[in-house]
Amino acid sequence: MDKFLSIENVGQVFKTRKGDFIALRDINLTVAKGEFISLIGHSGCGKSTLLNLVAGLTRPTSGALICAGREIDGPGPERAVVFQNHSLLPWFSCYKNIHLGVERVFGATESKARLRERTLAALQLVGLAHAEHKLPHEISGGMKQRVGIARALAIEPDVLLMDEPFGALDALTRAHLQDELLEIVAKTQSSVIMVTHDVDEAVLLSDRIVMLTNGPAATIGEILDVRLPRPRSRIELADDERYHACRTAVIDFLYRKQSHPARQAA
Amino acid sequence: MTATARSFNAGPAASPPVAEVIDLHAAGAHAPAAPAATAPRPPLLARVDWRSAWETFVKAVAGPCLGFALLILGWQLVADTIPEIPSPGVTGRAAVALFSDPFYDNGPNDQGIGWNLLSSLRRVAIGFGLAALVGIPAGFVIGRFAAVSAVLSPLISLLRPVSPLAWLPLGLLLFKSANLAAVWAIFICSIWPMIINTAVGVTRVPQDYMNVARVLKLSEWKIMTRVLFPAVLPYMLTGVRLSISTAWLVIVAAEMLTGGVGIGFWLWDEWNNLKVEHIVIAIFVIGIVGLVLEVLLTQLVRRFTYAD
Repeated sequence: MDKFLSIENVGQVFKTRKGDFIALRDINLTVAKGEFISLIGHSGCGKSTLLNLVAGLTRPTSGALICAGREIDGPGPERAVVFQNHSLLPWFSCYKNIHLGVERVFGATESKARLRERTLAALQLVGLAHAEHKLPHEISGGMKQRVGIARALAIEPDVLLMDEPFGALDALTRAHLQDELLEIVAKTQSSVIMVTHDVDEAVLLSDRIVMLTNGPAATIGEILDVRLPRPRSRIELADDERYHACRTAVIDFLYRKQSHPARQAA
Repeated sequence: MTATARSFNAGPAASPPVAEVIDLHAAGAHAPAAPAATAPRPPLLARVDWRSAWETFVKAVAGPCLGFALLILGWQLVADTIPEIPSPGVTGRAAVALFSDPFYDNGPNDQGIGWNLLSSLRRVAIGFGLAALVGIPAGFVIGRFAAVSAVLSPLISLLRPVSPLAWLPLGLLLFKSANLAAVWAIFICSIWPMIINTAVGVTRVPQDYMNVARVLKLSEWKIMTRVLFPAVLPYMLTGVRLSISTAWLVIVAAEMLTGGVGIGFWLWDEWNNLKVEHIVIAIFVIGIVGLVLEVLLTQLVRRFTYAD
């Protein structure tokens, strides 16, 4: 397996007024090119913290993260982020929100017409060509999230980082976007790391599911290989033994081995 | 769409269309799940339109009308008991005379109220404009760089509570001109809200937007123009709105001290001439101009505030 991204002995400690808070310890993980990884765990276990470390938005207190042979020392467009709450700039249309990144990444080498093509292609990819001129507040939550994904994909990142991208959406919209994401990732062959707390989502989308233990001082508890053939269809998987086995394994980890942190504390 | 068209036709011709649109929403909210009642709905909708449009109109107009009626009544009572205070009638007639020729010019000490008002507005515009030129960039720098904030914030906290009129003598000393000294006082009083609001706006830019900029590795210029400026604009304009209110308060007082042509000086001059009805008129004029400035800027703030 070719190591594309590797996380080596990473730990994260936050300084607080009550002293040091150890969020993560001893995280070791490698991600291959084109691999889809889900990070799952109870809230407060440091999933987003780990994702932010890969994004370079925060620096680890110990260990190192290496992407494409270079240590990650800050954020960059080769590691695009789809934020939890879409984070579209509300003063820009959908087109301009995507174009901002496209211009930054390809503006130096490509013509204006080509940049426009790329932006429109990204909108097309998430099925929002008609919303080109709409402002974010004029479209639905699901559409905003799709623009957020289009913005990340348009800059052709090596790794796509997604922080609970469908968390705020209703079940039907979420299922629809998951199916779209499956298709898009199959098409673009990007590596993906996705934070989620939805077991079905993790099993449906991932090649491997990384399960984190409860915080503080969370670390990787188990890694599950999801050996389901692609392309995957949620309807066929509903009756698939292997799908249910994966699902059971994750649920077993989350609710038996790592029962809810609130209950554990009580 | 048909419902919209129908209600517009059925609605009273005299009532404003804005009110009708609002009613339509209200009516729709009351009967969202009544598919069986499609046939009897239009007349109902029209009737509700009529009544709530009328209610909206009454609510909007009745309060202010009653307020002004009470003011004039109280004023008349005061004028009846104290002979020095001119009655509303006397003041009204004086106002008609005054505004029949607002732009006469009999030398520097005797000009129409229009000229006085324009002079005051010009001073405010200049002082205010200069304050925006200095204050808004300063606010950006203070908000963006913590080190600059650490140096300048204590100074701002110290100087901000000082009455702008306290700066007037320094203005006279520096500029050797009463006119420029008044502009200087406006400049000083306008600059604080602009600096502070802009700086606060910059620090309150959602971290998500900054993270977007960081992931894309945008240049500092792009961050400024594409992310920070639009995000800060509503705060900045609120600062501008607060500034113009203060500036309009201060110009009247400053002109009383500096003299020359201006509404503040005019008011003081009419006191010296013992034309009390003109003082009352000046109070109304100052109030109306201040209100108009405030409303215009509030509209501006609303225009540039983005829904998320």
